[in-house]
Amino acid sequence: MLRNTVVDYPLAITALLLSLFGVAIVYSAGQTDIPTFVAPLWKSQALWLAIAVGCAWAIGSSSVRLIEWATWPAYLLTLALLAVLLVIGKGGGTAASTKSWIAIGGHRLGQPSELAKITVVLMLAKVLAERREAPKSLLELWKPALAVGIPWLLIMLQPDLGTGIVFVGVFFGMLFWSGVPWPLLLLLASPVVSLVLSFSTGLWGAWFLVLLALVLWYKPYLVEGIVLMVANVATGVIAPIIWEKLAPYQQNRLKVFLDPSADPRASGYHVIQSKIAIGSGGLFGKGFTLGTQKRSGFLPEQHTDFIFAVVGEELGFIGVTIALSLFLALMLRCTRIASRANDSFGGLAAFGLMSLWLVHIIVNVGMTLNLMPITGIPLPFFSYGGSFMLASWLAVGILLRISGEGRGRAGSLLS
Amino acid sequence: VSVHPNDIARRARVASLGLAAIIVTLLGAFFKTQVVQHDRYKLQSQENRLRAIPLPAPRGIIYDRNKNIIAENLPGYSVSIFPPNVDSLRAALAQLSTVITLTPDQVDQAVRRYRRDPNRPTVIISDASFDVISVLEEHRVNFPRLIIQSVPKRFYPDGPSVASFVGYTGEITDADLNSNQYEGYKPGQLIGKGGLEREYEKDLRGREGVRYDEVDARGRLVRQAGPRVDLNPEPAPPLYTNIDMDLQRYTAQIFGDSLQGGAIAIDPRDGGVLALYSAPSYDVNRFTGGIPADYWKTLLSDDRHPLVNKVTQGRYPPGSTFKLATAVTGMQNGVVSLDEHMPVPCTGGFQYGNRYFKCWDKRGHGDISLARAIEVSCDVYFYQLGLKIGLSKLLAGGVSLEMRDKSGIDLPDEKRALWPYAVDYYNKTYGPRGWSNSVTLNLAIGQGENAQTVVNMAKFYAALATDGTAPTPELVHRKPERKRIFQLTPAQMDGLRKALAGVVQSGTAQASRIQGVMLAGKTGTAQTGKRVEGVELNHAWFVGFAPADNPTIVVAVMLEFGGHGTRAAHIASAMISHYLKVTPVTAVETEG
Repeated sequence: MLRNTVVDYPLAITALLLSLFGVAIVYSAGQTDIPTFVAPLWKSQALWLAIAVGCAWAIGSSSVRLIEWATWPAYLLTLALLAVLLVIGKGGGTAASTKSWIAIGGHRLGQPSELAKITVVLMLAKVLAERREAPKSLLELWKPALAVGIPWLLIMLQPDLGTGIVFVGVFFGMLFWSGVPWPLLLLLASPVVSLVLSFSTGLWGAWFLVLLALVLWYKPYLVEGIVLMVANVATGVIAPIIWEKLAPYQQNRLKVFLDPSADPRASGYHVIQSKIAIGSGGLFGKGFTLGTQKRSGFLPEQHTDFIFAVVGEELGFIGVTIALSLFLALMLRCTRIASRANDSFGGLAAFGLMSLWLVHIIVNVGMTLNLMPITGIPLPFFSYGGSFMLASWLAVGILLRISGEGRGRAGSLLS
Repeated sequence: VSVHPNDIARRARVASLGLAAIIVTLLGAFFKTQVVQHDRYKLQSQENRLRAIPLPAPRGIIYDRNKNIIAENLPGYSVSIFPPNVDSLRAALAQLSTVITLTPDQVDQAVRRYRRDPNRPTVIISDASFDVISVLEEHRVNFPRLIIQSVPKRFYPDGPSVASFVGYTGEITDADLNSNQYEGYKPGQLIGKGGLEREYEKDLRGREGVRYDEVDARGRLVRQAGPRVDLNPEPAPPLYTNIDMDLQRYTAQIFGDSLQGGAIAIDPRDGGVLALYSAPSYDVNRFTGGIPADYWKTLLSDDRHPLVNKVTQGRYPPGSTFKLATAVTGMQNGVVSLDEHMPVPCTGGFQYGNRYFKCWDKRGHGDISLARAIEVSCDVYFYQLGLKIGLSKLLAGGVSLEMRDKSGIDLPDEKRALWPYAVDYYNKTYGPRGWSNSVTLNLAIGQGENAQTVVNMAKFYAALATDGTAPTPELVHRKPERKRIFQLTPAQMDGLRKALAGVVQSGTAQASRIQGVMLAGKTGTAQTGKRVEGVELNHAWFVGFAPADNPTIVVAVMLEFGGHGTRAAHIASAMISHYLKVTPVTAVETEG
């Protein structure tokens, strides 16, 4: 019952198609030669989908103002939950040693970090929308940085590297939409780039020169420039120390990303098997539920992290193209909603939620082909898991609401 | 926030283009993997599910000359496992040891085998008993990666009787795997470890087969025989030997448990080895599937050295059996003939320089010919013959008679016989002034720096039994090889054989006469220096052949610390009469 507005059917239908596609693949993921616990999971996934659509409808029936008003309490609640998690959190699945699940009486209820993704996007939108002008210097970014930094820190303490990466991606996406000039974005990202490049002194040196040129050309405040350069030197130097501090499984994941055959039977196994599954699918795939890699259990985490490999193996390049096209349609729609939003908060929230999905899609799909390191973040609408399904559909609900209140005709596919 | 509609529209365009570019890039990556590289991954996905189980091939059966079985294959069981990594192998072994007994040694070995070749099933027990198998079958569900296989197991029906030449099989060692000789071998495979099994490894080894099982990622069997065709193992062809199992068993029986030494019988016409026995023997069947540590220790610590082959690896002073070599050297050099007498008649000893060299018979043999000297084994005659030949010619003669060579028998690790290569040897060993010509006297009667293997003496006598050509002793019938080692006229050869026959008819081995067959041969009693209660324990030798006029069998027998050569002669004559199917005459024991 959306007030005064037209339902954004392209968005709703695309999201629904992706979800149904996802449930079907979760069903297929359970179809193995020797049945495992995965077999009945598609039913609970379908149930979660129904609940999630219900929630989306409820949110969609509210108003953008209400959502904006609820952002602060939701954000504080999220921080509280994340803090509590560090004490009582439980591990789950492949990451048994981490504390990402909230559980009562031994029953795992959900992963607050999935919902945190939504509240952080909303909080960022609220903080960024308060400004009249786009930030022109890094110092002006302290508020949004703090808004994303606190939950980011709490999540990295779990530790959950994947969600941490998502936050960083969303942060940059929303800064872009808020009109932060790209040289500033680049300067902001520079310490991270330094971190990555610190493993090769030559590369890092080259990057440092580029950065120096950029600073001289863009001319930020003196203090800011110095702080930036110091930060770059610091990350470049401390990176190896952090590397030493990483848990062996984290180190392994990064190492295997660089060379999967380095450890073909352990960490590299996942990636190798995933690539074999996808590659053997060919153009048309082996047929729905008939993937041999999946059936024989060679494909790991086939219902969560590596669910897209099932798509590749069973439905082939055609299926992959359909799935990715649906994702593209969804995200283009989000971008359009963001540009049609009738205020800054709505536009930023819409673009933030789009960025959220984008990071998940790039990292998760890229991971199945070894284009990205294994970080264990789910694929929206596909990966089995109630919390994320709920979070994704909450995002759909918010987007429907923003679209409904936006300018122009919501129903038209192209602006 | 910049909210100007133009700015927003521009950002939306940039974002849309960026999104499209990202998705197109991803699609490009999928296109490369799924369409361009499809064939490669398709093959990998097929092989992924296939587990290649090697199927060991039966080794070739070893037969004797009458198609009696020396070595065959019985059904046995092996237990192996397909672990994904070392840790899970250790875990599986720990879990297994709750059900069956696994020694720490077996566990270590399994880990080593896995490290060698992780893509092959790791053998845990190469020869499992039926009890172990039935226990494991019961717990099968708990060990999905376990492979229980029926494998051929080597068996020697006459275990201890044939141990001295047949060898045994065992798992290939790390050192073997590293050597070129065993290129293409895989850890856990069986190889011949000694004797014929090792010598003819290339012929006895069958071609390993392979079975493809379709499994899931946890190694659980989904169905047998995957898309690839299985390859059946190919057994190796049989190996035919010259051994006469009847004679071999008989020889083992005469030696029994108490005697210590070696015996070999060869056919002088082609060098075929009819029997080869080293005492004490051991049960070679206990070596199959891994030698039990306690049994191995017992064999190693036994001071009778059962693991040393007394025929091919033991070296003993040949004693009087060597006098024939001295005689042949003398006759070839033209310094002596069969009816020639020496200047000094035997009076029980011979004075040379300031030393007195005794004859074995202190009563003396008087003034005798070479033929008679051979019959009665007169030391004094041979002292003088040696001096007459001269040291350098005596040494050269021994060298050309192959007294410092291997016989070339087709068994591994044969020891070379020892004999000084020339006078220079003494100069180098003792210094030019450190020795005297008296060594000649010792060498002439088969003492001194002379140590022969039993097989090498048999080879020399095979040349005596024929025409001066020595056949290479052969267990497996190949192309007979002969080499001339001395040249004498037929009359001279005849004379020598008559003299040797005289040894048995009226000489030192009279007690070993055989009715109806002329047995020719020479006893030898070699000093060892080892004394028990003041009595010197000598090695007893007999080397001979029969029938003397047309020899078909040469026998060399050596008894370690066996006393006088007559004891060896008894054994030799028993072997010969058994082989020629005649009964020996029990004659009066003579002093010898």
